[in-house]
Order: sequence, then C-alpha cells, then structure tokens
Amino acid sequence: MSGDACDEMHLLIQADVDGELGPAEAARVRAHLDRCADCEAVQQGLLSLSERVRRDVAYRPAPEALIAAVRSRVAAAAVSPEMAPVTTPAPRRRPGWIAPFGGGFALAACLALAVVLPGGGGRGLPDAVVAGHIRALQPGHLMDVVSTDQHTVKPWFDGRLDFAPPVKDLKGGGFPLVGGRLDYVAGRPVAALVYQRRQHVIDLFVWPDGGHVGRGPADSRRDGYNVLRWSWDGMAFWAVSDLSPQELADFVRLWQANP
Amino acid sequence: MKWRPRTGPEREAAVPVAGEFERAVLPHLDAAYNLARWLVRDGASAEDVVQDALVRALSYFGSYRGGDPRAWLLRIVRNVAYGELAAHKRGTTTSLDGVGDDDSSALQVADPAADPEAALARQEGLTQLERALAALPTELRECLVLRELEELSYKEIGHVTGAPIGTVMSRLWRARQSLARQAPTCGNEGAQA
Repeated sequence: MSGDACDEMHLLIQADVDGELGPAEAARVRAHLDRCADCEAVQQGLLSLSERVRRDVAYRPAPEALIAAVRSRVAAAAVSPEMAPVTTPAPRRRPGWIAPFGGGFALAACLALAVVLPGGGGRGLPDAVVAGHIRALQPGHLMDVVSTDQHTVKPWFDGRLDFAPPVKDLKGGGFPLVGGRLDYVAGRPVAALVYQRRQHVIDLFVWPDGGHVGRGPADSRRDGYNVLRWSWDGMAFWAVSDLSPQELADFVRLWQANP
Repeated sequence: MKWRPRTGPEREAAVPVAGEFERAVLPHLDAAYNLARWLVRDGASAEDVVQDALVRALSYFGSYRGGDPRAWLLRIVRNVAYGELAAHKRGTTTSLDGVGDDDSSALQVADPAADPEAALARQEGLTQLERALAALPTELRECLVLRELEELSYKEIGHVTGAPIGTVMSRLWRARQSLARQAPTCGNEGAQA
C-alpha cells in the first residue's frame, strides 16, 4: 500500500470484500479502485487470501461422540420439569440435566440405602450425607434457593436454621455456587450448599459440630460418590460429589483457602 | 431421613422448553466445536468447552430473547473457551487475551514459546496457512475464524466477541495482514512440514 489517501481506504475495501457495505458506499469504493492500482491490489490480496483460507483451513466439525453426548444430555433434560422457565427472585442456574442422571438409579439407590442405613451416630454419617445427596438429585429436589450470589444464598437460611452457614463463591476456581437448600442429616436440619463443576453437582453439607452428632472418617466413598469431611470454626463440613477424589479435594482446598 | 417435597405451584409447571432448545441450538454444534477448537489448545479441551457451553446455554435459555441462535451460542462458547485459556495460562505471552484492545498498537505476533496456541501451531499435518492462523493472537484469530469459516457479519462477530464493530474491522485487517505475511503464496501453497 502506498499513498496517505489510500491508507484510509483499506478498512473500506475490506468491508466491501466482506459484503458489509451498502450500495452507495460500495459504489464509492469501486470507483476508487478503478482509479487506484494500489488499492485494487489490496482488494485482490484480500480476495485471494479469503479464498485460500476457505480452501486450506480445515473446518473442524464436532466429533460424532460429542454430538451424541450433547444430544442425549439435552434430550434427557426434556423429561425433567427442572427445565420449566420458573420465575424466581434470584438469577437462575438450574442444572436440570442432572436430574436424569439421578432418575431411576437414584430412586433405587435411595430405597436400598433407606433399608441398610444405621440409625444416626458417627459411623452412619457418610451414608447419610450420600443418601441426602442422591435424594437431592431427584427432579425438583436439588435447591430451594437458586442463586449464584452468596449474598442471596446465605441470608436465605436466616430463620430456617438455628445457625448461619458460611457461604463462599468459588467461581474463580471453577466451582461456581448454584444455590442451596435445607436438608436433614441424621435427623438434624442442615444447610446444603450446591456447587457445580462442569456437569457434576457438589453438595456441601454444613452444620454445627457440637460433638454430639459424632464424627466420621475424613474421606470415604459410597455408591460411586466421594465424600470429604472437615471441621472449622465449630462447624462440620461434608462435601459429596461424583467428582473424582482429586477434584473434590481441589474443591475442599479452595473452600478452605478462601475467606 | 425425611423426604422433603419441594414442589410448589411454580415448580410443577412442566413447560417443555428443552425441545425448543434442541431445535434452536443443536444445529450449531459444528460451529461451536469449530470455534472452540481454534480457540483452545486441543480437541479434548474443545470438547469440554462445547459441553460446558451447552450446559450453560441450557441454563441461559430461559432468558434467550430470539435473534440468531448461532451467534448466541457462539458467544457462550467463546466465553467458556476464554475461561479455559485463562485457567491454563502459565507465565506471559505477547498476545493479548481479550484484556482490552488497542487499535493503535503494532501488529501483535504470538510468542512461539507460549502455550497453548503454539502447541496447536506445531501439530503435524497442518497446512502452512493453518499454522499461521494458529499462531495468531487469540483475539485476532477468533475474528478471522468467525468471518471466514462461520461467515458471520461484523455485527455478529461483535456480538460474539463483545468488541465494537470498529475493533472487529481492525482485528480482521491485522489478522489478514499477518496471515498474508506469514503464509505467502509463492511456492508454498498447501505445504506441510
């Protein structure tokens, strides 16, 4: 390109090549190109590059496996009433696609667990929290308050629980808060904070660790769900998810590290 | 253990919006994957990006107010991809990654030692043009992919990238100049090495 006047033309020439100009502007550009060999060369260069790109640059369509995975997930969500557009005061983050994974398996698992669960006590706690998690995966059971905003979720528990659970937003670490609900573990009302990691749900159960509720092992596994437990500031925390143990541990570390 | 029913009048409405979502969005899966593939480092990450983006799109669908569903979906894909890139950034590169744009700056050339864009560029079996495209700074590359491969308008590209149209035009120009310079046609057409 040469000539100061023509330098102003290059974006217009490009826009013309891209079909973005209205007829009057396009006519003005064409008139200029008739007079200016340099700008004509610019246009030719853009046209030939565009042709080369469309010929030589591979368009990468979605692999069959990916298409199938997405289709089945979306189709499964179609049977869940979680997909209904519900007006709630808080912004919606409703992982309705989780419900079908709960579906029949969760119901059967719940019935099985209801039969074998020991009544209360420290040793039964991993079973109880996993059962609570599985039950929550049923359609309509995951969240009472749907919000990614910790300043909405935390006060929601006021008046509903006799303690105030700490609620943290871990979106920066890849574990966004999606909401919360009341739940019961070993006969005690607890807070369940719901987090998300890709397509996985994490339930973080919180209740005051007065000692009388008992303790369980720091990490355990039930029915394909991983459980991590810790205590802090007089509260017991139980994280349950089908995430891998490593990623669940990442979640716990992130929680512990954040104010 | 108690079963605590959480159904209320608003939760019992079973309006099947998922079917609408399927019809609106699934035809654009190829576009979603293509964009993801050119933004992040490898196919596996691109698949994760698309899955995460579809999940997010599903939850956003209640607020979708019409308009081109492809551009709507691609905006979500682009944002998820940038999140993925940011999460994996190690050290510094010379490429801008969506952190503002200065049209007055000189042409940005990607640092070949930088991951992950350079990793894509070093793959076998790419044409010279593809390698040059992969080596572009991300925000230039995305404009070119959206214009040439997806044939989006400037306005649509602006919507997907969140950039004003003037910035889109400038980035397209710089991307094209860079490609023409790094993959000249003389004797190298389609060369693979």
